[in-house]
Amino acid sequence: MQAFTTLNGLVVPMDRANVDTDAIIPKQFLKSIKRTGYGPFLFDEWRYEDVGEPEMDCTNRPIRKDFVLNQTRYQGAEIMLARENFGCGSSREHAPWAILDYGVSCVIAPSFADIFYNNCFKNGILPVVLTDAEIDILFAETVAHEGYKITVDLKAQTVTTPSGQSFSFEVEDFRKHCLLNGLDDIGLTLQNGDVIHSYEAGRKTSAPWLF
Amino acid sequence: MVLALVELCLILLGLGMIAGKEVSMGDTLFEKVWQQHVVKANDDGSVLLYIDRQLVHEVTSPQAFEGLRLASRKPWRVGASIATPDHNVPTTGLEHGITDPVARKQVEALGTNCEEFGIEEFSMGDIRQGIVHVVGPEQGKVLPGMTVVCGDSHTSTHGALGAIAMGIGTSEVEHVLATQTLIQKKPKVMRINVEGDLSQGITGKDVALFIIGKIGTAGGTGYAIEFAGSAIRALSMEGRMTLCNMTIEAGARCGMVAVDDVTINYVKGRPSSPKGDMWNKAEAAWRELHSDADAIFDAEVHLNAADITPQVTWGTSPEMVVPITGSTPAIADAKDEVQREGWSRALAYMGLKENTAMQDIHIDKVFIGSCTNARIEDFRAAAAIAKGHKIAGNVKLAMVVPGSGLVKAQAESEGLDVIFKDAGFEWREPGCSMCLAMNADRLEAGERCASTSNRNFEGRQGAGGRTHLVSPAMAAAAAIKGHFVDIRDWN
Ligand code: SF4
Repeated sequence: MQAFTTLNGLVVPMDRANVDTDAIIPKQFLKSIKRTGYGPFLFDEWRYEDVGEPEMDCTNRPIRKDFVLNQTRYQGAEIMLARENFGCGSSREHAPWAILDYGVSCVIAPSFADIFYNNCFKNGILPVVLTDAEIDILFAETVAHEGYKITVDLKAQTVTTPSGQSFSFEVEDFRKHCLLNGLDDIGLTLQNGDVIHSYEAGRKTSAPWLF
Repeated sequence: MVLALVELCLILLGLGMIAGKEVSMGDTLFEKVWQQHVVKANDDGSVLLYIDRQLVHEVTSPQAFEGLRLASRKPWRVGASIATPDHNVPTTGLEHGITDPVARKQVEALGTNCEEFGIEEFSMGDIRQGIVHVVGPEQGKVLPGMTVVCGDSHTSTHGALGAIAMGIGTSEVEHVLATQTLIQKKPKVMRINVEGDLSQGITGKDVALFIIGKIGTAGGTGYAIEFAGSAIRALSMEGRMTLCNMTIEAGARCGMVAVDDVTINYVKGRPSSPKGDMWNKAEAAWRELHSDADAIFDAEVHLNAADITPQVTWGTSPEMVVPITGSTPAIADAKDEVQREGWSRALAYMGLKENTAMQDIHIDKVFIGSCTNARIEDFRAAAAIAKGHKIAGNVKLAMVVPGSGLVKAQAESEGLDVIFKDAGFEWREPGCSMCLAMNADRLEAGERCASTSNRNFEGRQGAGGRTHLVSPAMAAAAAIKGHFVDIRDWN
């Protein structure tokens, strides 16, 4: 997994509440057996006028010009600003895969759906929760200033605007540690192999019907 | 002075109660099951949680198996997982196999992965194949008190059996395959109490939609929800599964119902349920799986069963729901700018005006199926409505899709398929079908559907398709009349 430390990046504003995973990556793309290649299909229905199909070439597809990802000023964005309950709906990890493949590695919102939030950390994406008031400031500034970039510092747990205003955010220590170091948590868990074995041995006695 | 004394007494009484609870505080159902599965507590408050059962399907597993292969890892305990393809399988013409090459590749990948890693699979053509959340309980693969995961958010379904069951992403699927554990932080626990008797014709689906309408799609975020109260205890196991299925639509990963006779009777005699002396031991342990009387919840919601009417969604989020006697909202009634935006967008997408009576909304298609409502009881309820009628002229397609091969066989043995076919419904092969339209079953742009599934998101049932979520009986009645009707008036 790619590590996340600090990021100074262009911000794209996704100004809708309850953005669901069906919108982030529509189901037809879930047929792929790969982890990559979803970027061109991120927000497919909102982004293109035609219906996307897996593995198609997107370079000449008709785009919806008013959709935020299609606006010239937001090309190359690495940070997505969002509204409440971002990533609700299914557990599809294709949603964070699509976001990452598109080039965004940090999503900032007042709240996230649980499974999506979890999935982000497994893929080197940092989901940042800020207050509604802070989010409102970021939306206003992003829209007002073309080329608006902010700095997200995971170690310091801060988001800093170009004017130097700084907002702090919470993140669990273990998740932070894994993300900062790009660690695969399966390897870490397997270091506890003996403990898992002895737990199983106990359960085989106390609840044998489970085995 | 007198007043002050009374107040003081009350305060002392209050303190005493709180102190008493702290000393002898009982456990919630969730805590009981959780504690039994903690392998190790980590310093940061998270735990390594043991997973008893993993359900696997074709869409969210290929990258997990690939991960195992790349790291030369083996599943920790192959017997803990079972697999079945469901999302991509066709519901007609099975003799031709899967014609969509991309979908076929994914279903075949599940087969080869299961074979390579030694995981039991109910593949296409096996009568036990079906939607993973229907198959698990049906086979006795999910038992009370288990921890159950699947790379699918509707894993919450299995909490109906008194299990902790939650959806996970593909990286976590790989983690469970490799280690039989998950790193988890304990969620808060919310109890939703529904007291009183449900009215005639009100089902688990209406209860689920009603709750989501009350607490919103983010109302349960960060919580595990226990559904309790006399109305919940009166639900059948299938009704409880429908309710727990939609917990995720209320934002909670996990919904649960305490074990009682209904649970025990459902589990008994299933192919993988314990037998003989083992059964007796298991039953004794399962009987403990309820919240203690003095357990404290992080949040409690109290609802009155008598307030629950047949529910219909009007918009593009399950919380955009009203009683069948209601109408689409007036934008001016929105509580803030975000809701105003959301409502306007939803009405536009759904092709509806403000203040439209739900019973005036005509439909093009009907879908009775999905892990929410594709069990035998759901079909019995729908067939009871459809019997002796014909679908309305404006309904282009009404389809019934069983949750598993066994549900299909059971329905056919009761003659339900004949009732449906006589009424003009199509009777299909088991799978997810038009719940998410990954196979050929889908809405065309602008088509309006009465659906028993769980999500009415934009494009969920096909790009541009418009979904209204309802119970099976309400869907069948809409098929017959061509528009939504109040099931309580049906005769
Ligand atoms: S029936 Fe629908 S909600 Fe259920 S598992 Fe299949 S696609 Fe998901």
